[in-house]
Amino acid sequence: MRKNLRWKVILIVGVTLACIAGFAGFPPKLANMKERIHLGLDLRGGIHMILQVVTDDAVNMETDQAVERIKDELRSRQISFSEVRKRDFKRIEIREVDPQKTSEVRSLIDDNFQYWDRANLPEVPNSYLLTLKPSVEQQVRASSVQQAIQTIRNRVDQLGVTEPVIQEHGIASEYQILVQLPGVDDPARVKDIIKSTALLELKIVEPGYGPFPSRDAALRQFAGSVPEGKELLQSVRRFNDPSQSGEEWYLVSKVAAITGKDLKTARPTTDEFGKPAVSFNLTVDGASRFGRVTEENIGKALAIILDGKVKSAPRINNRITDSGQITGSFTLEEANDLALVLRSGALPARMNYLEERTVGASLGADSIRHGILASVVGLSVVIVFMLFYYKLSGLNAIVALILNLIILVASLAYIQATLTLPGIAGVVLLIGMAVDSNVLIFERIREELWSGKNVVSAVNTGFSKAFVTIIDTHVTTVVSVLFLFIFGTGPVKGFAVVLFWGLLANLFTSVFVSKVLFDYVLSGSPRHEKLSI
Amino acid sequence: MQLFKNVNVDWIGKKWQFIGASFLLFIASIVCLAIKGGPRYGIDFRGGTLVYVKFRTAPQLDLIRGALKQKGLGESTIQRFGPESDHQVIISLEQTATETAGELDLGRRTIEETLNLSFRPPEAQAGKLDLNNIRTASSLEDPLAGQPGLAAALPKSGPSQLKSIQDLASSIIQYRTAHGGLINSFDELKAIPGISDEILNLIKEKFYLGDFAVISTEIVGAKVGKNLQQQAVSATLYALGGMLIYIAWRFKGTVYGTAAVVAVFHDVIITLGFFSFLNKEISLTVIAALLTLVGYSMNDTIVVFDRIRENLKLLRREPLTSVINKSINQTLSRTILTSGLTFVTVVSLYLFGGEVINGFAFAMVIGIIIGTYSSIAIASPLLVIWNDYRNRKKALARA
Repeated sequence: MRKNLRWKVILIVGVTLACIAGFAGFPPKLANMKERIHLGLDLRGGIHMILQVVTDDAVNMETDQAVERIKDELRSRQISFSEVRKRDFKRIEIREVDPQKTSEVRSLIDDNFQYWDRANLPEVPNSYLLTLKPSVEQQVRASSVQQAIQTIRNRVDQLGVTEPVIQEHGIASEYQILVQLPGVDDPARVKDIIKSTALLELKIVEPGYGPFPSRDAALRQFAGSVPEGKELLQSVRRFNDPSQSGEEWYLVSKVAAITGKDLKTARPTTDEFGKPAVSFNLTVDGASRFGRVTEENIGKALAIILDGKVKSAPRINNRITDSGQITGSFTLEEANDLALVLRSGALPARMNYLEERTVGASLGADSIRHGILASVVGLSVVIVFMLFYYKLSGLNAIVALILNLIILVASLAYIQATLTLPGIAGVVLLIGMAVDSNVLIFERIREELWSGKNVVSAVNTGFSKAFVTIIDTHVTTVVSVLFLFIFGTGPVKGFAVVLFWGLLANLFTSVFVSKVLFDYVLSGSPRHEKLSI
Repeated sequence: MQLFKNVNVDWIGKKWQFIGASFLLFIASIVCLAIKGGPRYGIDFRGGTLVYVKFRTAPQLDLIRGALKQKGLGESTIQRFGPESDHQVIISLEQTATETAGELDLGRRTIEETLNLSFRPPEAQAGKLDLNNIRTASSLEDPLAGQPGLAAALPKSGPSQLKSIQDLASSIIQYRTAHGGLINSFDELKAIPGISDEILNLIKEKFYLGDFAVISTEIVGAKVGKNLQQQAVSATLYALGGMLIYIAWRFKGTVYGTAAVVAVFHDVIITLGFFSFLNKEISLTVIAALLTLVGYSMNDTIVVFDRIRENLKLLRREPLTSVINKSINQTLSRTILTSGLTFVTVVSLYLFGGEVINGFAFAMVIGIIIGTYSSIAIASPLLVIWNDYRNRKKALARA
């Protein structure tokens, strides 16, 4: 019996030391604790955003590319057709192919465009309707989310944020991304950086195709409609002289000579007038294409297009190979940020913002102060009451309570949970709930003592009878906390985690540790006449 | 010491008074909720924009309101946040006004612009920077380094002057963070070690102190709000369902489970009624509090039920009413003690926990009172009422 007790004491002391070392290191240091307990954004300050990827964009792009590839394939096999066009974002019409070659077209589509389901267009002879396979569509959407996460991570890394969270959020079919940036509280700039699709395109402007002072002026030039294979883009160029400012329009070809994918790097620089600009370098492959295109088009303008807006359209004076410059009245910070987003690659789709929360560091610090004050006051009142009401047994409960808190903090550090403000509230609540188990047991022991049992047997029955009830009360609270954890977000999850682990630890401390403490005291003199309770 | 020794209260005899009182409270809560068109949802569920602003001096709220109205963003609500001496306000905009514009953060940007126009003193035009508006230490370094003579005046803290500037920048920002996010006067900065009058004068040449700082913002789109609402409802229903199953299993029958769930449901509705009556907002953390209450009140009820079950085995001869009375009285001491202790901790949270957690703490304070009351005065009487009803049916069937 005594030997058994000794092992239990050793176990408890061991657990306590291991827990303390777990969150404060060995030897224990406050600095270690700060490092191991992760504070939530609501305590640390920072930005929390939920974005939704417009995955339709990615599907659209897939379809656009397929249209171009089908045209290329048909042309290279010298199969005539009247039209290949996109019907909607995931369907393509191939109209009136050469009737002699329908079987060749069918096998071309089935072999080279396996992502597409082929059907005949009923209303037109020798025509086909391709529909993107649902499984592929799903995959395109899902991978656009992954790509977006990767791109955002690249950008955030370059901002120098420590411990950022960038991950999928909610159910997969909503295509949402959660971004949490601790310690950052300038949402406007961060959003610009994250949101910018940063799709860079360089396109040739044929002579006579721009600039036009307005959209109408451009259309008038071409009998009211945009010529085949071209698109009309607005320039965002701003002039320093206000009298010259105003919009400009260019007609550029739909196919880009160079896109952001061909970039090797980009960095902020200054142009020949000493104003901020961004210079870029191309990959080997990009450079050779760029060299060819610029050589063929000397004397024409080259539109530099960012996210569908013409930034500038300088004249090509000679063959350019591997580098270029984007100018157009940037501020220094804008040039820095543009270089950053170009380096990190384009987003595969646009982003919608669904939620944005910013917590200033001062508010977080304030919350920590208040949380600590509330915990200390709550704990003190409980301690004073327990000592007053249960005397030495109250001390037993307090030891169990403190150990409960130590184990809680250690498990938070171990599972790398995030401590949030509701989490601190959970700690305060736990203090109240934890002593509940002790009160249950002590009241039971008192009842047994009144009924005339001796001290040892009263303690034993008290514990065993209260145990069933304690399990019940823990299960109910853990059930509600579990659903909070499943359905809750951010701060609320932090609350659920604290209560969950706190209550679990409470089973150990209030039942096992508290009993061992009683046994230890009682074992000193087996014929205890009175119990201080 | 012993507070409740040999209590002998006839709880069940007063069951109709208790149930009547609860019924009235319950109906009052439902009516209050109905009149106000459901609970008053916080930004988490309703969507919208909140901007928390701290001012140096008591702000003229009408000025802000008027300026925002001119911008055509619809009705803004401005309310005080925290104690009056902190000069903090929350400016809120409904989600419809900002989201239809296609840009979620339009409201925030407009509020910030308006504040800039109304509260940045003319010094801003003199090329000085607002020390209260520089967000991070790293963005403070450049302007500090650009002030001639400053680096030389600083105490050397490392191999380069840059290090001294960095230290100065971070200690100024740290000071500001620790003091509510706003510096009230330059003289305060003297509290930072190493800042002499000379240095302070150099800082004053370059900076001024703006009248306000944005401490925190929350923008929630309608879609997220809807999702969160759904999640909150699911979480509550699943939790109630889970407990019903557990109790039904533990007590081998649905009577106990149903009685406990009815009692808990009563607690939740009445707590919501209090929120509605006092015009308090239901936020995500309040939902967390409500769910905790569900667990807590259930917990109290189970302790009583456990004792009833135990006593039913011991006292086979006694009628149910007296067994239940005895059980409640035996556990009364424990019920009052633990509820009392938890109550004390949440009151401490309510009083000292700060503004952000106030709604949560309030829900717990109300809920613990109601929850404790209901496990004694609602859940157990329901058992008796059910038993009476069944006996009467049996008697009728026999007759």
